[in-house]
Amino acid sequence: MKKESNKAIEVRELTKRFGDVTAVDHISFGIRKREIFGFLGPNGAGKTTTIRMLTGLITPDSGDVQIDGVDIRKNPIKAKMKIGVIPEMGNIYVDLTAKQNIILAGKFYGIARGELENRADALLAKFGLLERADDPVKTFSKGMKQQVNIASAIVHSPELLFLDEPTAGLDVQSQRMIKTIIREMNQRGTTIFLTTHNIEEANVLCDRVGIINNGEIAAVDTPEGLKRTFEETQSVKISFDTPVDVSEIEESRLVIRKEKLGDKWRLYTDNPDKLVKYLAQFAQDNNLIFTTMEICGASLEDAFVKLTEDK
Amino acid sequence: MPLRNFNRQFFRGIAVVTEKNIRLYYTKPPVIIFGFLFPLFMFLAFYLGKEVDFHVFFPGLLAMFLFFIASSVGPLITPWEKQAGTYERLLSFPVSITTIILGDSAAGMIFGIMINVVVLAVGLITLNYCLNIMILCLGMLLGAFCFSSLGVALASPSVQNPSYVMMFSSLIRFPLIFISGIFIPLEDLHGLGRILCYFSPITYLVDIFNFSLRGQSNIALIVDFAALFIFSLTFVYLANRSHKRNLMRGL
Repeated sequence: MKKESNKAIEVRELTKRFGDVTAVDHISFGIRKREIFGFLGPNGAGKTTTIRMLTGLITPDSGDVQIDGVDIRKNPIKAKMKIGVIPEMGNIYVDLTAKQNIILAGKFYGIARGELENRADALLAKFGLLERADDPVKTFSKGMKQQVNIASAIVHSPELLFLDEPTAGLDVQSQRMIKTIIREMNQRGTTIFLTTHNIEEANVLCDRVGIINNGEIAAVDTPEGLKRTFEETQSVKISFDTPVDVSEIEESRLVIRKEKLGDKWRLYTDNPDKLVKYLAQFAQDNNLIFTTMEICGASLEDAFVKLTEDK
Repeated sequence: MPLRNFNRQFFRGIAVVTEKNIRLYYTKPPVIIFGFLFPLFMFLAFYLGKEVDFHVFFPGLLAMFLFFIASSVGPLITPWEKQAGTYERLLSFPVSITTIILGDSAAGMIFGIMINVVVLAVGLITLNYCLNIMILCLGMLLGAFCFSSLGVALASPSVQNPSYVMMFSSLIRFPLIFISGIFIPLEDLHGLGRILCYFSPITYLVDIFNFSLRGQSNIALIVDFAALFIFSLTFVYLANRSHKRNLMRGL
């Protein structure tokens, strides 16, 4: 009997070149079923090229992609039936209405007309767009267009959903709604593959993250696991009632580096406990009053910056 | 059966792409201008003030209308979709590039036939033809598919700007009109003109229309149909190859 794989996506030695430029260079990773996987990287790192290869949009030069056990190169239609894709740009037909867009998408998957109508209405209601169902999408705001975009991508209840920068350029309310939808889809069993520039978004949404830099995988781990790798990026954020020269604090050798954040200082240290005691003494000696005192662990952003720094 | 499922999905994809194209693109101004008004004015420029027997000229006019209408929107669909960002979404659906190309071609074919039937009806009412309906319908069907697939093939080198595509497509389509037997009957063409006319698919459709309306033809019907079929396959093949090669351009 064939053993069912626990992997929703299996990527092996995936490579893509455009002329002399290697956009993606022999990357390998796996994504478990029902997982939210964040794919992070700086601009031009190879995120979009990777997602396009995983969704069958472009053919890799070498390597394998298995979508729920189906090789997307050998059987692209069968693999595409299992996935929903929300590309980077708002890619819906603006001359069609919201409902027509969702129904058009559903027709590609062979959903019966009556069932499709019901699903479209349910999705429009979920996104609060039922009253605008028959309005052309060109009259919608950017956030509403993105909601129609997502509704069109999930009308066939895909096992695996790819989202390329889903919250980019949206207002806070729309971002929250989309994050809620992603969580709900995941709780119902959908595996999520998400690319984002928003580190905080990845931190709060993702079970694991992969970081790509210069076409290579720099790390794959849980957000907490990545943060632990960079313990030296713990810091103490301080501000006093009057501006101070922090060079004296630096001389204590407890500070690895400092960063000015508006009227505050962020002092990086490998021993925050000792630094806090030193700062308390420093404040007392100089008659200063703390207006901020916060110990910060290593952030996912710190890990991301470290991993994507040019070597 | 996996093969049956594949076929069902393949034809479903073509049908949905066709429906989308007809709904979205066939009322756009460039289609009306290049598909309908352009051949009309071209006909008037050649016809008015000249002693042309309209009875003889009509089959050519019918073929010219079908050529312009069926091939008018094909070059524009992909650039429009790339410009709007919808092409990437389209490719993420369970369809192949071949499916999209055949859907684009089918949409052009259906639209071309619909308009051509109106032009034909006007001709049949005003002119006294002894109609061979079966040959005419088969010719119209194959000719419309051939011309629309030519239009789709012309879209492939494009990037995002539809105006560049229109220039490029005009560069190809107009010579095909002039070297065909529309304005000069095939029997009056000699030398290089006669040789060149065989390189235009319109020539074969004009001959089929001449046969089915006037009972006269210069080329064997089997050759006409075979030529249109081979041209169609060639255009679909070229469109497929070129669309795949230029897939990333403009995305």
